[in-house]
Amino acid sequence: MSNSRNPKHDISTEVSDKETQIKAKKLQESFISGKISRRNFVSTSVAIGVSLAGATAVVNQVEAATPKSGGRLRMGITGGATSDVLDPGQILDAYMINVSMGQVRPNMTKIMPDGSVEGDLASGWQASNGAKTWKFDVRQGVEFHNGKTLDSTDIVDSIRHHMGPDSKSGGSGVVSGIASIKEDGKYGVVVELNEGNGDLPILLSDYHLNICPSKGDGSIDWESGIGAGPYTLEEHEPGVRTLTKKFANYWNTGNESHFDEVETLGINDPTARLAALSTGAVDAINNVPAKTASRLKSMVNVKTLISTGNKQCTMPMLCDVAPFDDQNVRNAIKHIINRQELLDKIFFGYGQLGNDNPVGPANYFRANTDELPQREYDPEQAKYYLKQAGLSSLSVKFHAADTGFSGSVDAGALMRESAKAAGIDIEVVREPNDGYWSNVWMVKPWSACYWSGRPTEDWIFSQIYYSKADWNDTHWNNSSFDKLLVEARSETDEAKRRDKYVEMQRIVHNDGGLALPVFLSEIMGYRSNITVPDQIANNWELDGHLAARRWWTA
Amino acid sequence: MPNIISMIIKRLGLGVLTLLLLSLLIFLSVEALPGDLAETILGQQATPETVAAIRKELGLDQPPLTRYLNWLGGVVQGDFGNSLALKKPISGLIAPRIQNTLFLTLYTAAIAVPLSIILGLAVSLFRNSYFDRITNTTALAAISMPEFFVGYVMIYFFALSGYFPSMANINANTPLLDKLYLCFLPALTLTLVVTAHMMRMTRAAIINVLALPYIEMARLKGAKPSRIIVRHALPNAIAPIVNVVALNLAYLITGVVIVEIVFVFPGLGQLMVDGVKFRDVPVVQATALIFASAYVGLNLLADIISTLSNPRLMRQR
Repeated sequence: MSNSRNPKHDISTEVSDKETQIKAKKLQESFISGKISRRNFVSTSVAIGVSLAGATAVVNQVEAATPKSGGRLRMGITGGATSDVLDPGQILDAYMINVSMGQVRPNMTKIMPDGSVEGDLASGWQASNGAKTWKFDVRQGVEFHNGKTLDSTDIVDSIRHHMGPDSKSGGSGVVSGIASIKEDGKYGVVVELNEGNGDLPILLSDYHLNICPSKGDGSIDWESGIGAGPYTLEEHEPGVRTLTKKFANYWNTGNESHFDEVETLGINDPTARLAALSTGAVDAINNVPAKTASRLKSMVNVKTLISTGNKQCTMPMLCDVAPFDDQNVRNAIKHIINRQELLDKIFFGYGQLGNDNPVGPANYFRANTDELPQREYDPEQAKYYLKQAGLSSLSVKFHAADTGFSGSVDAGALMRESAKAAGIDIEVVREPNDGYWSNVWMVKPWSACYWSGRPTEDWIFSQIYYSKADWNDTHWNNSSFDKLLVEARSETDEAKRRDKYVEMQRIVHNDGGLALPVFLSEIMGYRSNITVPDQIANNWELDGHLAARRWWTA
Repeated sequence: MPNIISMIIKRLGLGVLTLLLLSLLIFLSVEALPGDLAETILGQQATPETVAAIRKELGLDQPPLTRYLNWLGGVVQGDFGNSLALKKPISGLIAPRIQNTLFLTLYTAAIAVPLSIILGLAVSLFRNSYFDRITNTTALAAISMPEFFVGYVMIYFFALSGYFPSMANINANTPLLDKLYLCFLPALTLTLVVTAHMMRMTRAAIINVLALPYIEMARLKGAKPSRIIVRHALPNAIAPIVNVVALNLAYLITGVVIVEIVFVFPGLGQLMVDGVKFRDVPVVQATALIFASAYVGLNLLADIISTLSNPRLMRQR
């Protein structure tokens, strides 16, 4: 949170000599951290030669960025359904993620706005034995809404809820690497993994793994909606409306809970969501369609919020089917995609260029442009690769439907035009939306697809790009990639780990069957009666779905 | 009178048969949809083991016929079963939704029925005048637009200017006056959608009756045109009017899911759509039965009223 409180105006830029600059910087820091009063700050600044306007600007910025307590947040969110249940294992979509993880039942860990992972109900952890054995410290002095004190049993039972062969949890895949989890005293938990994995703290921030109070018999009480979060569940009509109120004994009051109450409304129709925001019936909405995002700008008292995370549209080519079984053909195709054009015309500019690499803006070890230069539209290069493949021209079919990703048929039409310059003829086949995932994706040699992305490199690589993965949607098999994947997982030295992941991204980029044109932005809107920090998390929409904890009344 | 009672009994019997066939049809249709609740709940993270575990718990691993008969056995005893997704009795799920839907239906009917009958009488009184043409054109234009579009137009004119809320998110604790205010736009939208049908049927029925000799007789004896229409023509035109009113009321109960979504109204339609989406068969079945009963019941009521309004039908046979 400290980032958001740094004022944009810096009084040290107003003075010229070095010594005074340092003085001004120190002064500003003491004011921001609350060590000196506003009056003291202004008078001293003016005394060392800062303009009154400059000092006042800093005061205003700092005060605007200081969270205010009180007020109410009303959110209009998609993805709610009448059939939503409170069982954390069956949480499906934005509405319940926001209510459960974001308001009522926090996890052991959470993703910070800068993308790092921090302890939430776990106060710290140490890995040993090649990241195979993990010891977590349970935060002390944390109280559940029913007055029970959080201890290791609650944590262990909450995670076990998703484990085991009979698990009915959507989070069972996340915890599948856990061999055992047990209490280590009242405030310690020891986790044994099947094989080393340095990402465990990030995996534990998965939206299924909410911590609920243990019933004492090994099961958890999820039915009551009791958690240890900043807000207590007051009224809950599944998929329709949820009301939560500030929990007086929340352990982190003041830092992560500013509203008196939070109302969550399920609004699935995009027009209804926009109307609710513009009439002030709600303070914030998610999932604004790119087509209508410009409308937000014309509304009074409404601000647009954009975060680009790992949500990606992809165009997988099957590496074991001709002509894509030739690496050169795959590279030719990757060079005839005009990414900037797709981003501008299909997604109205709301997104980021992809680089045929599934590791996205919300991942920690993403290769930067020095490590992996951006691939550009280059028909000459495409021709070169075709020649390498022994071809003078190429004709392929691109199978698309809006289920794959919205706008994929139009994207195909644009690619068809841009490919002509390289002598490649693309026939765009419009497929029916129904049954797309079973009849087209992973069946046709080249199709449209999307992924919401994964928080860790290991996760997305193991799930989609590992040669034996269930969802290896490019049928790609690269032994050096597979080897690096296993090595990187248990590597505990961060720099070495980064090198390995960057190398893997390079391999996918150059050899994989993945064409990834664009990472898609989440577009949200909020009213000016709410303050949103400058830096928001991009692992999920609405500040990583922790908006109720991180935002405050203006 | 005995005629009417035997008619009611016969019709009720046929109604039950209709409901039974319908429940079978719905069950088979949901079965025919790809995927089931287990797969939908787990989504992308489905593994064969978790899917099997959920199926076993919910009894989805049993053959379809067994499941249908189990369900039917429960319904006969008045037990609609549990929602598969929520694992709670369906009655508790449906009760608030029925209240909301009935409230919106009555609210709309209270505006639309008097409005369309009065307009219908007025346009038949001044038929072929500019008033008649303008009213007809407007009503037809309103019915020709898709209802979600009518809803958006209402939001544009009445909600964005701040007169009425764009969201009708009522719940059981909302006071009546607030409910009337919150639900004004959806009620208005539905009124625009159903008025044309009822108004034009009223007009056609009245004009039909006006061509009969006894109306000419009334005119010859010097009765005023308004009295002729209300006193002489209307009672003989009631049967077709009541029928079309019943059809529209049934439509208001069953067919308003799109309006519910536009105005974020927690009604039965939304519940059924969610049920279908998650393949929650018992919820789909229960809502379908309610919808079908509304149709059967309202049509029966319309027939009773038109029979009562016609002495010839009362005495025949």
